[in-house]
Amino acid sequence: MSAPVKNSLLFLVLAMMFLASALMQSWGAALDMLVVGLASAIMALGVNMQWGYAGLFNVGVMGFSALGSLAMVLIATTARPQAWTAGGWMIPIALAIGAAVVLLAIGLWRWMPKGKVRALALIVLLIVGFIVYRAVFDPGVTAVEAINASAAGNIGGLGVAWFFQLLGASKDTALQLAVWVAWPVGGLIAAGAAWIVAKTALGLRSDYLAIATLGIAEIIVTVLKNEDWLDRGVKNVYGLPRPYPVPQQVDLQQHAGFISWAKSWGLDPTNAANRIVQLEYVVIFAVILIVILTLVELALKSPWGRMMRAIRDNEISAEAMGKDVKARHLQVFVIGSAVIGIAGAMVTSYTGLFSPTTYQPLRWTFLIWVMVIVGGSGNNWGSVLGGLLIYFLWIEVEPVGKWLLALITDPMPNTWALKGHLRESAEQMRLMTMGIVLLLVLRFSPRGLIPEK
Amino acid sequence: MDFLNGLIALANYVLIPATSYGAQLALGALGVTLVYGILRFSNFAHGDTMAFGTMITILFTWLFQSWGISLGPLPTALLALPLGIIGTALFVLGTDRVVYRFYRRAKAAPVILVIVSMGVMFVMNGLTRFIIGTGEQNFADGSRFLITAGKFKMATGMEEGLAVRTTQVITVVTAVIVVALLFWFLNKTRTGKSMRAFSDNEDLALLSGINPERVVMVTWIIVAGLATIAGVLYGLDKSFKPFTYFQLLLPIFASAVVGGLGNPLGAIGGGFIVAYSEVAVTYAWKKVLGYWLPSALVPDGLAQLMGTDYKYAVSFVILIIVLLFKPTGLFKGKSV
Repeated sequence: MSAPVKNSLLFLVLAMMFLASALMQSWGAALDMLVVGLASAIMALGVNMQWGYAGLFNVGVMGFSALGSLAMVLIATTARPQAWTAGGWMIPIALAIGAAVVLLAIGLWRWMPKGKVRALALIVLLIVGFIVYRAVFDPGVTAVEAINASAAGNIGGLGVAWFFQLLGASKDTALQLAVWVAWPVGGLIAAGAAWIVAKTALGLRSDYLAIATLGIAEIIVTVLKNEDWLDRGVKNVYGLPRPYPVPQQVDLQQHAGFISWAKSWGLDPTNAANRIVQLEYVVIFAVILIVILTLVELALKSPWGRMMRAIRDNEISAEAMGKDVKARHLQVFVIGSAVIGIAGAMVTSYTGLFSPTTYQPLRWTFLIWVMVIVGGSGNNWGSVLGGLLIYFLWIEVEPVGKWLLALITDPMPNTWALKGHLRESAEQMRLMTMGIVLLLVLRFSPRGLIPEK
Repeated sequence: MDFLNGLIALANYVLIPATSYGAQLALGALGVTLVYGILRFSNFAHGDTMAFGTMITILFTWLFQSWGISLGPLPTALLALPLGIIGTALFVLGTDRVVYRFYRRAKAAPVILVIVSMGVMFVMNGLTRFIIGTGEQNFADGSRFLITAGKFKMATGMEEGLAVRTTQVITVVTAVIVVALLFWFLNKTRTGKSMRAFSDNEDLALLSGINPERVVMVTWIIVAGLATIAGVLYGLDKSFKPFTYFQLLLPIFASAVVGGLGNPLGAIGGGFIVAYSEVAVTYAWKKVLGYWLPSALVPDGLAQLMGTDYKYAVSFVILIIVLLFKPTGLFKGKSV
């Protein structure tokens, strides 16, 4: 069987699986899996660029997607001018002071002669800088967080929606339009963080990069959980807007024309509204996936892509040919992280909820890695297949596991504590299944379902 | 007098907790560093190995408690610990046989082994959650304090109290015994010497007739022991929760790298450096400074450099600084 036929068959089987879930479970559940699966496929594409093209081991996927979703909070919410007048203006000044101190410290380290004087100057600079930073930062944060803490308490949106309102859009439409700005901005924030990480950790050995990215992701999520002035922290941000023109289900359900339309087809208006919103997301996410997939495929086939693979396969000979290995690694690391950030922002706008506590490394980092490896590292179509397939399994393992455990525990008498325990633990089957799938693929088909050409 | 009171407060809130935490990190980092030195990869499953071993120990502790067996003032978990180690060692040897051996024979790149260890991490994490659940388990019994704050104040007449928990003393004593045994084993016994030879130069060790499979097997058994002991001590001192153990991976890696990967002595030093910095940076110094500084200079705020939630950031920053300025670690590790 030739490769294109086999690959088409794989995608066909995947489509049948989604269809089976739609018919046997519900269309709502199947579409939900499809929407998040498409976004996961985009994340997998980002990881595949870093790992498959360049061999960079990024274990901080969670952090970059969390930063992407932060953009939804900063861009696609209404501005809160009273927070800025109350003292919010001090926060950016404090952050600028902090950045200036760090840059100054780097400058001192570079330009002063080595010795005790340099060490002393550095320590004094850092201590004084920290005290000044906190003296400006703390009052600003206190002022912002004091404003209506139960409903607001953060700096709010950065005024992008306000700009759309100036152009004549209504308040709700302006927020919906801002979502389209938020997604690329999510990519930019993630890219900025990736640049800082890459500047410090690239060039170290591969497992050091892994440990460094693991750490940075943990820190990013901690910052998002604790800095209430920025994103309300664990208090979450609810009701994030949908991208224009996708309506909110509630509005659609109350729309008289829609209700009569649904009735004329014999549909329940509530369900129909939910399905239509999901379908619109499927279309939008699929289009974005196709655009990104086309771009990365073109990049892979271009001279740039050949150079990346040459570097990955033999850094020393590539360097001898005059390729700037470190700069290329930096480039692909930043671009890949930006793709992850965009996908992170997209998921947040679908769920409508920004909640830093949901960011768990097993779900947001290691699951994406399973997608890339099972799909086939280095092959973009593989990442798309892996993203959809593994997300499908991740969701479906739970009901299947419940059913399986019910079957096993059925003959046990009800008095056994084990019976109840096993039935309650079914959801933990997910992690085990993912681990076993990963190990089996690595062992028996290390190049994945759709191997690199 | 004020100076002494400040010192007591410092010991109570910083030195004692950080010492027991440092001992736990050191034991964890020793496991990571041994795997790195002998099997030559960074084991991402180490945090979950600790959780797995602790879980087995907890299960046996509950069994002993239901039989009415106890160690008096000491926690029953110490009695269950050897069984926990045996269980973990069997499981880890099984993983090596089923998973790692294949890649070792195929001479796979270290980064592939890291990904493989990610798969093992998933399985162990799932297994632990499946058996004991995701919730928090407290399994420390026996007497809680060796010295309580109240008694200390009565005995010394000081304003500040000093409390020493039994688990803190047990942690430090156990860690000292384990480390002494480990170094005796590595430096004096034939097997230990062959392990060090294997770690220094694999080809040369093979030429001189060292059986690699045996070295690997002994390494896994020791690693299982270290991980289980570290996990149980941490769980006794704080509490057991599978996710917390996964998160311990970061400070443990930081300790191992700061000390120099592959260097056992470095792992211990690294563990204490990370633990002391973590506690010192996240501690609110107002109380201690209140004793030590003239009242005009005492700060109004808590004098806390960072919130306790940022403790992982501390180990990370240490890690980055060391990697940038001394990539082989403070105690000269190896780079494979």
